[in-house]
Amino acid sequence: MNILFTNARLIDPQAGTDSAGWLSIEDGIIAATGTGRPPSNHRQIHDCNGKCLAPGIVDIGVKVCEPGERHKESFRTAGLAAAAGGVTTMVTRPDTIPVIDSPETLEFATRRAEAVSPVRIAPMAALTKGRAGREMVEIGFLKDAGAVAFSDCDHVISDTKVFVRCLTYARALGALVMAHPQDPGLSAGAAATSGKFSTLRGLPSVSPMAERLGLERDLALVEMTGARYHADNLSSAASLSAFKRAKEAGLDVTAGVNIHHLTLNELDVGDYKTFFKLKPPLRSEDDRSVMVEAVETGLIDIISSMHTPQDEESKRLPFEEAASGAVALETLLPAAMRLYHSGALDLPALFRAMTLNPANRLGLPQGRLQVGAPADLILFDPDAPFVLDRATLRSKSKNTPFDGARMEGRVLATYVAGRQVFPPQA
Amino acid sequence: MTFRQKHLLGIEPLAPDEITTLLDLADHYVSLNRGEHKHSDVLTGRTQINMFFENSTRTQASFEIAGKRLGADVMSMAMQASSIKKGETLIDTALTLNAMHPDLLVVRHPHSGAVNLLAEKVNCAVLNAGDGRHEHPTQALLDALTIRRAKGRLHRLTIAICGDIAHSRVARSNLMLLGKMENRIRLIGPPTLMPARIAEFGVEVYDDMREGLQDADVVMMLRLQRERMDGGFIPSEREYYHRYGLDEEKLSFAKPDAIVMHPGPMNRGVEIDGTLADDINRSVIQEQVEMGVAVRMAAMDLLARNHGGAS
Repeated sequence: MNILFTNARLIDPQAGTDSAGWLSIEDGIIAATGTGRPPSNHRQIHDCNGKCLAPGIVDIGVKVCEPGERHKESFRTAGLAAAAGGVTTMVTRPDTIPVIDSPETLEFATRRAEAVSPVRIAPMAALTKGRAGREMVEIGFLKDAGAVAFSDCDHVISDTKVFVRCLTYARALGALVMAHPQDPGLSAGAAATSGKFSTLRGLPSVSPMAERLGLERDLALVEMTGARYHADNLSSAASLSAFKRAKEAGLDVTAGVNIHHLTLNELDVGDYKTFFKLKPPLRSEDDRSVMVEAVETGLIDIISSMHTPQDEESKRLPFEEAASGAVALETLLPAAMRLYHSGALDLPALFRAMTLNPANRLGLPQGRLQVGAPADLILFDPDAPFVLDRATLRSKSKNTPFDGARMEGRVLATYVAGRQVFPPQA
Repeated sequence: MTFRQKHLLGIEPLAPDEITTLLDLADHYVSLNRGEHKHSDVLTGRTQINMFFENSTRTQASFEIAGKRLGADVMSMAMQASSIKKGETLIDTALTLNAMHPDLLVVRHPHSGAVNLLAEKVNCAVLNAGDGRHEHPTQALLDALTIRRAKGRLHRLTIAICGDIAHSRVARSNLMLLGKMENRIRLIGPPTLMPARIAEFGVEVYDDMREGLQDADVVMMLRLQRERMDGGFIPSEREYYHRYGLDEEKLSFAKPDAIVMHPGPMNRGVEIDGTLADDINRSVIQEQVEMGVAVRMAAMDLLARNHGGAS
């Protein structure tokens, strides 16, 4: 299928440009781009009317809940949500039931995804069996089966000897290890960030220093082993100085932040609203603004949704007992547009963090407007206003903190390998 | 007469004039309670359900007596023994009880915010009888009434709150209330038992008890909540008593007419010297219990008025 997109506002994260132009795709590949008069030999022409054409989002850390909790989310519903939200590659988390920790379970997930999801899947695998932090998984076999990274997600491998061996083994294979850095002792039982708000609400809380502690430990072990490491969910200023030092020392490290920690703060929890209960918990406004700055300077490489479906029952509980996490595949782009409209980040910088950087880190060819790259594209209107109604979300679970929020930024069309997947075609 | 609340979930939403209204009415109920005929009929025909998801003797008894004196039909449920054990969620329990048309729900729960959550789901007035580490509004109100009656005013007093502030809903509600009424508040305790950023609440924080008690008008002791401790907040009970237990010597740093308060139940010899607790010249601990009934009658009376007829 060959399409020529004309009259587009091209968001090129590689060149760092936001400019008028055209782009053509042939056989699922970006064939040519340019400014000025487009070539006239195309059968199918799509006039973008000056709207933005950008690479599709590569979202690291999507929880699909399949296998095990299909009542919360399946590959089909997650895929539909992703397509509608402009996410063309879901980098899926292994914290399912059972855990994706063997080539067999990984193949199951991949097969399911290919059968029903309209967008691409790049699966991650656990780093230790059952995410229990004791024995490493078959990193080699899993890598051959398509695992793009290895992570025990929010389980911290507290036995440093085990973690060191995992890092050392992974390094030999060039495998990327991801972690949510956290000191497990300090953060045990916490539901909020310690501070005035948690004291007012009487919630058990944890200092952001727990994240810094976990990160410092991980970075020391990375320095020791030379492994490739990605801290995928940093959220506080306290962590950044440590991370900066490691990056400047030339370690092979990158860091991510999830969109909620860039657009919300602890006060949004308000009167114990459990849809705002996240892991790590929402931070102070100071932390939030420092994280946005770190994306702008490039210290933080990647923005992701940390899409975490939870059913109504697990959220309709007292705050301490309620489950953590929020769905975000469909709200990632409009939430990111808040940062654009506030002037904090321009579109190429945002898309660099949502497309190019994650793709590069995982060694994927998509996520760029480059001739020869896969035609994973989104057409969107950054200014289209709407009020989010969680009932309209395509995810099976509707646990979004943005319910009722005024947002701007709508995906008009999503293409995966040149094929339109949103809006769905008959 | 101003009281605009639909529920009594905490001190935080109350305005100073609402607190005064409630305390004035409670004063009236103190007189009623001291008479021979303790009955009023303001809640006749109303149903009050006490749901205690956490053990309580005195608070539950106090709410029960308060309701009965006002003529309500009172039922107390020990929730630990009921359907919660069978896996029913808090909200389902609330909806079930709501269907029985209660007018007043009195709720205690081990988790902060649980009572707020429940209040969203029912039609009747909800009174927070203590939620996690969050609030215990009737305790703060009864403390305020006790102070007002002992000191003749509830403003410009120096009030020291001592002990396990971090785990205490009593401390939170009290510092909210006493702050709203423009008092000088001092918090005294080991730093491991102080909540984060507590100084930002406009209080003075001391880890030396003698310094903190200097010229205090009111000394409010808190229970050392051993059942809430993960372990290891303090080295030992005896060291705690040595440094933070209230005795004659430490109390001598406060004003000569300072009153001693404790929300109960007391750990004699842990946070307070037994003889001091019984000293009727200094201790108002028994008055606190008495004021508790009156304050709860006033709170239920006012909430019932705001809810008009039965739900």
